[in-house]
Amino acid sequence: MSVPFYVSPEQIIKDKADYARKGIARGRSVAVLQYCDGIVFVAENPSRALHKVSEIYDRIAFAAVGKYNEFENLRVAGIRLADLRGYSFDRRDVTVRNLANAYAQTLGTIFTETSKPYEVELVVAEVGDTEAGDQMYRLTFDGSVADEQGYVVMGGSADVISSTMASTYQQGLELGPAIELAINALASDNGENEGPREIAPSQLEVAVLDRSRTQSRKFKRLAAERLVEILASNG
Amino acid sequence: MISVSVSDRSASLPAAFLAAGSSSFSDFLADHAPTLLPGGAGSGRGSAADIEAPHGTTIVALTFATGVVMAGDRRATMGNIIAQRDIEKVYPADEYSAVGIAGTAGLAIELVRLLQVELEHYEKIEGTTLSLTGKANRLATMIRGNLAMAMQGLAVVPLFAGYDHETADGRIFSYDVTGGRYEEHSFHAVGSGGYFARGSLKKLYREQMPEADAVLAAAQALYDAADDDSATGGPDLMRKIFPVVSVVSADGYRRLPDAEVAEVVQRLVAARNQRPDGPAASLT
Repeated sequence: MSVPFYVSPEQIIKDKADYARKGIARGRSVAVLQYCDGIVFVAENPSRALHKVSEIYDRIAFAAVGKYNEFENLRVAGIRLADLRGYSFDRRDVTVRNLANAYAQTLGTIFTETSKPYEVELVVAEVGDTEAGDQMYRLTFDGSVADEQGYVVMGGSADVISSTMASTYQQGLELGPAIELAINALASDNGENEGPREIAPSQLEVAVLDRSRTQSRKFKRLAAERLVEILASNG
Repeated sequence: MISVSVSDRSASLPAAFLAAGSSSFSDFLADHAPTLLPGGAGSGRGSAADIEAPHGTTIVALTFATGVVMAGDRRATMGNIIAQRDIEKVYPADEYSAVGIAGTAGLAIELVRLLQVELEHYEKIEGTTLSLTGKANRLATMIRGNLAMAMQGLAVVPLFAGYDHETADGRIFSYDVTGGRYEEHSFHAVGSGGYFARGSLKKLYREQMPEADAVLAAAQALYDAADDDSATGGPDLMRKIFPVVSVVSADGYRRLPDAEVAEVVQRLVAARNQRPDGPAASLT
């Protein structure tokens, strides 16, 4: 009879976390930031069909990096949760806080109870009636939640991109400058010593939660052509 | 020791939420929370013949050059009682379709709510909208799900209309209680006053008519229905309650503002002052 090796719980957790981090680091980054009319999501994603950014409910959207099948699974679960709540209560009773909690519990359970953690990182955001009412939550693979203000960056080179963001981000930007700022930050992921990369609009997936929309659904994707127009008007 | 499963112990999402496959919200409900389905609480046993529940009455729809108009009167009845004077029976199903309801109001409104969530749910999960026929078929499935209630006298008979991007025109679908779906051409009306409204539209409908004419024809048809059917409400000029009129075209769903409908209705009533039976059609 063989005696199983003893592995300390600290080691198991560390191994799982390293595994998840490595998986996430392989992908391109996503930046989410507040602008004057809401929240804009800018993702480096050449695919037109496999989205990293998606609508969850009237005022709530979702962005993710990492393994597609895993975050797609969570995205669909979020839409089901939101639609179920909205249908059984009222549309106004669907909140991002509830969604963030459900995701946190789910990711936490998967991280501790299964041998393979999800290699994903998520942001769920809700646009408020005013800038002060905007909410952004960042969720990591182990189920930790962080309440973010201003901007969030996640993905492979999040640290470098975040530091560029930190030095350039300001509150109350218009949509055009906000998108440009996010693109410049995403392009700086080679570090300070290397120059910024060139990212074509066709390589980007951009969407907004726009509180100025008259429809109850505030989520809107900006197609590449529209993106070119917006960036051109920045001058 | 009692063993507790993972989902019992934490607030993490149950397996049904994380299951891959279905992009249908009603399928998800049937699987996960069947009591939330319209009529889901009903066992299908016993008789509801003596249940008094409000009934919605007349809905009309007709196509015009670039889309489709749907209109409904505002009355709900319960036996010989007027249950509500200002009920709304025409709703947007999504951006490019409208659904009007006749039959048991409580179930019908729930059905519309489910249809709205169903279409939005599909759109969010799939990243694209259902085809117009696809939407009409989803509604048929939902009505079929209500068959047990319909057998007890609580039937729901909606009318569905929308703008079809593929054919670039307005299309109308009618239903029966068993979920049968029938495409109607040009115009259709359902509900207790539907026969009178259909007779009226038969004489008033013109191919490729402009939107304003179609709105007037819908108002005329509802007036004729109210004229001969006690369960259909006519325009209430004293209380300023006018029919709900919606237009669906390539620009999307638009409910006409009350002021606009009031203007149409006042014109119609003024003309009926001269000729109470409405416009006369030529004999040939």
